[in-house]
Amino acid sequence: MRFGVVIFPGSTCDQDCLYVIRKVLGAPAVPVWHASSKLPEVDVVILPGGFSYGDYLRAGAIAATSPVMGAIRRFAQEGGLVLGICNGFQILVEAGLLPGALLSNLSTRFLCRTVHVRVENPHTPFTRAYHQGQVLRLPIAHAAGRYYAPSPLLTELETRGQVVFRYCDEAGQTTPEANPNGSVHHIAGICNERGNVLGLMPHPERSSESALGSEDGLLLFHSLLLQAEAVR
Amino acid sequence: MATFRVIITLKPGILDAQGQAIRRGLLALGFEGIQEVRTGRYLEIDVPEGWGEEKIRAMCEGLLAHPLVEEYRLEGC
Amino acid sequence: MSVRELPTAQESLRAPWELAGLTPEEYEEICRRLGREPNPTELAMFGVMWSEHCSYKHSRIVLQALPTSGPRILRGPGENAGVIDIGDGWAVAFKMESHNHPSAVDPFNGAATGVGGIIRDILAMGARPIALLDSLRFGPLEDPRARRMLRGVVCGISTYGNDIGVPTVGGEVETGPWYTKTPLVNVACLGLLRVESIATSRAQGPGNLVMVVGARTGRDGIHGASFASAELDEGRDERSSVQIGDPFTGKLLIEATLEALATGSVVAIQDMGAAGLTCAASEMAARGGVGMVLDLEHVPRRETGMEPVEVLLSESQERMLMVIRRGAEERIKEIFRRWGLEAEVLGEVVREKVLRVSDGGTPVAELPPEALAEGPRYKPEAREPAGLQDFWPLDLSELPEVPPGEALLTLLADPDIASKEAIYEQYDHMVQLRTVILPGADAAVLRLPECPSKALALAVDGKGRYGVLDPYRAAVLAVSEAAANLACCGAQPLGVTDCLNFANPEDPEVFWTFVRSVEGLSDACRALDIPIIGGNVSFYNESSAGPIPPTVVVAMVGLLEDAHRIPRIPSAGFAQEGDRILLVGSGAGSQPPLTLGGSCYLKAVHGQVRGRPPEVDLSMHRRLLRLMIEAVRRGLVRSSHDCSDGGFAVALAECCILGRLGAHVQVAIPEGKGRREEILFGEGGSRILLSTSPEAVQSLLSLAAEHDVPVQVLGVVGGDRLVIGSMNSGIPGQPLLDLPVRDLEEAWRNGFRRWMEEA
Repeated sequence: MRFGVVIFPGSTCDQDCLYVIRKVLGAPAVPVWHASSKLPEVDVVILPGGFSYGDYLRAGAIAATSPVMGAIRRFAQEGGLVLGICNGFQILVEAGLLPGALLSNLSTRFLCRTVHVRVENPHTPFTRAYHQGQVLRLPIAHAAGRYYAPSPLLTELETRGQVVFRYCDEAGQTTPEANPNGSVHHIAGICNERGNVLGLMPHPERSSESALGSEDGLLLFHSLLLQAEAVR
Repeated sequence: MATFRVIITLKPGILDAQGQAIRRGLLALGFEGIQEVRTGRYLEIDVPEGWGEEKIRAMCEGLLAHPLVEEYRLEGC
Repeated sequence: MSVRELPTAQESLRAPWELAGLTPEEYEEICRRLGREPNPTELAMFGVMWSEHCSYKHSRIVLQALPTSGPRILRGPGENAGVIDIGDGWAVAFKMESHNHPSAVDPFNGAATGVGGIIRDILAMGARPIALLDSLRFGPLEDPRARRMLRGVVCGISTYGNDIGVPTVGGEVETGPWYTKTPLVNVACLGLLRVESIATSRAQGPGNLVMVVGARTGRDGIHGASFASAELDEGRDERSSVQIGDPFTGKLLIEATLEALATGSVVAIQDMGAAGLTCAASEMAARGGVGMVLDLEHVPRRETGMEPVEVLLSESQERMLMVIRRGAEERIKEIFRRWGLEAEVLGEVVREKVLRVSDGGTPVAELPPEALAEGPRYKPEAREPAGLQDFWPLDLSELPEVPPGEALLTLLADPDIASKEAIYEQYDHMVQLRTVILPGADAAVLRLPECPSKALALAVDGKGRYGVLDPYRAAVLAVSEAAANLACCGAQPLGVTDCLNFANPEDPEVFWTFVRSVEGLSDACRALDIPIIGGNVSFYNESSAGPIPPTVVVAMVGLLEDAHRIPRIPSAGFAQEGDRILLVGSGAGSQPPLTLGGSCYLKAVHGQVRGRPPEVDLSMHRRLLRLMIEAVRRGLVRSSHDCSDGGFAVALAECCILGRLGAHVQVAIPEGKGRREEILFGEGGSRILLSTSPEAVQSLLSLAAEHDVPVQVLGVVGGDRLVIGSMNSGIPGQPLLDLPVRDLEEAWRNGFRRWMEEA
């Protein structure tokens, strides 16, 4: 399985993603420049974290208009797997590849800490290695991670199983204190209706090695390898 | 050349966290009686003469404002 | 027309030196060096270059005493940043700088551009920035002005550091009434590079091209350098002197510059910070012993109608000046344009030692680069502050009685001691996947995936509270505490970068404190064998509220060799129930003694800053560092934490809080009033509290004996309470202190955060 990691001007987690896929997961990965309107031969495209275009205007808004996003839209329409992490999630939302919006944190401040996240849907290509209700320790680092969707949309997301990750406490309870940014329904990550596009605010690449305190994020990348085997 | 002014704010009902924080700060400074503070973005866009409002609205809807959570108004066209 | 035909400054102005912030003597010296009078543009260039900020005219002679060399030092002071060899072909670049004056006027932008500036110094050495540290000083947080400063500064650092993808991994904060109007913002950056790719600022090779790259030039911060060299005066609007940072462009500049350096075509490079193009061009030419011919017409501009002098002095951020091999210009331009940045050729390097500047062919200035870059040097009068020693005597019997448990909770909630999580959670401290020990411990530890056998540790320390009372000892304590912080993680200290923050050097009493501070810094670094590889002096930190106390801030980098073989790099929190608690270093009755002089206990509990700060036994300290490094290497240490602010009891409480475990310990309390407080809360530079498995205690005791370092076994980790008993005093069966860890934690976690939240 081959990964492509998009580099936007202002991406800061592109090299981290490339490192984890190549060195920890042991899979091939190539950088993809934002200005290219064609994708290389890849099975998964990752939109990494960072501050594309300085997050000026709105987080992810300008990057969403990049030439590469046209190619990613076509790739997703053909069933290709697209993963947006943090700023990547914001870009996917701004590009309309995922529904809803990401607003500034309720605290109005940037927040970097390790939080607990519950797996709500282990049946997506990104979550096959997890089990239902599994509680993960994943770091977050963002200023605009408050997920918002109007209630009819929210109901649809919930009934279709598009809410993939939810903030929770150590015991898996979704308490207000365990919601770091004020996301509606404690949403930390969602997928599209088809399940091939996933966006999440926490950073799985920062929790893929025990030396960094948690390996819970690595299972997300493992899930993609399992998916490849299943498809084959 | 003509200058369009665009003001973008959150739609009513969407929690404006920054506005709330600023309101608390103003109250702490002694400005009692403040009801509400709303924040937003302000843009001035210089365009060639003859560009109609339609084109500016297209810009707003295509990039400048997020249709789900934000609304915009144009000034001084 | 030649430059000599333009009107001279003398002709066009009444007291030209005044406008340039110079003295009549300095003006005379300029005329002597030039053999003529300068024109107004030239004088303005001298004004910024001979400002304190750029010339170090009051500090340079004193700074010569600092130890700056060592076997690992590849570049010392004099380059944009020091560079240290860490082995296997890798090196680190390290530098700290102050951004005090801009932050006082505009906390957000001042702090943000402070980060941007230090990043570019590291970049100018050819290194990729991999970590930031910050050392901050504010007024008491009860004051809403101090809280606004705090929030603005933290937001500025977080915005810039986060956006450029460089983790902020550590720092420290101190509060005191001296800093209300003159906050201090000192930021350090660490970069990683291959030894063979160290870049230089020495312009070389006549015919090579001079390029300005990065952002466009506007009227930002004109005269910022001379502004940083003057006391803050509230009547004036200082805002025009503050530069605005653009972290997005800063990030692009990092990537594009590293790519350009990798081509091998960049001969020399320097950041364009204070005094902008004037400083970069004159310093690069002077260091290389060459000249430059530049035409300002080619400088990409953000505004129209800029005067040549404005272009020469602009402090617009996110720009670098480079000398490149002739013929490589198209390739370099292509790299910067791909990253959406400017890159233009301004002129070329010439053999003749002259900086010849024109604007569209019209002559503007013609000056010898070294005349600009080598400012005057002064050794001002120094006199011990009257009455300083009157603060030293300390009569503990005069202090009102405070129960130890109450005092401990007060100390834990003191903003100087309480958890700074409310700050560092706003910094992305994890990006780049290196941070194995996160902020909140004694030192941050970074792994190096490029070189997995090694890890780096970073700490920053300094106390204005000690500086008020004894600047020499304050400097010694700053160095010894930083070294102890590194040793707690098993790291060997490699080098120091410092920020020396002082008031007006032309005041003999202030200058005396500067001289004594540098002596302390020098003595401590020599004794511990840690070279100083660069740093910065910030004078004139005073306002209508008075001067700041001497504030020496030391950032230190350390190396863990064979890091991959260390079973576990210890952090500060207790690790396991049943582990034994040991105190290494000077114990009860040892010399030099523990003292409450200048302690956080006196400040936080009794509202006093007095007494004499502790003396450090530097030879014992050196043995202590070796002991810790060896103990960690052998895997004997489960947790370690140095005793600093608040002494032994606070250190112990922090070990409990961070490990979420209680502890039972016994200490010996000598006879006499106040001796109990001395043991519990006294401060002294050489004590480390560690925990180890019961089986490892013997090995640790023998190792301590081998290193000739005193050691005591104090008790056991366990339960959910901190209980400190006395072996020999007090009521039998009743401990000195017995508190639930939960209560300690609440005081410690909220003590600082409450001020961050309060409007």
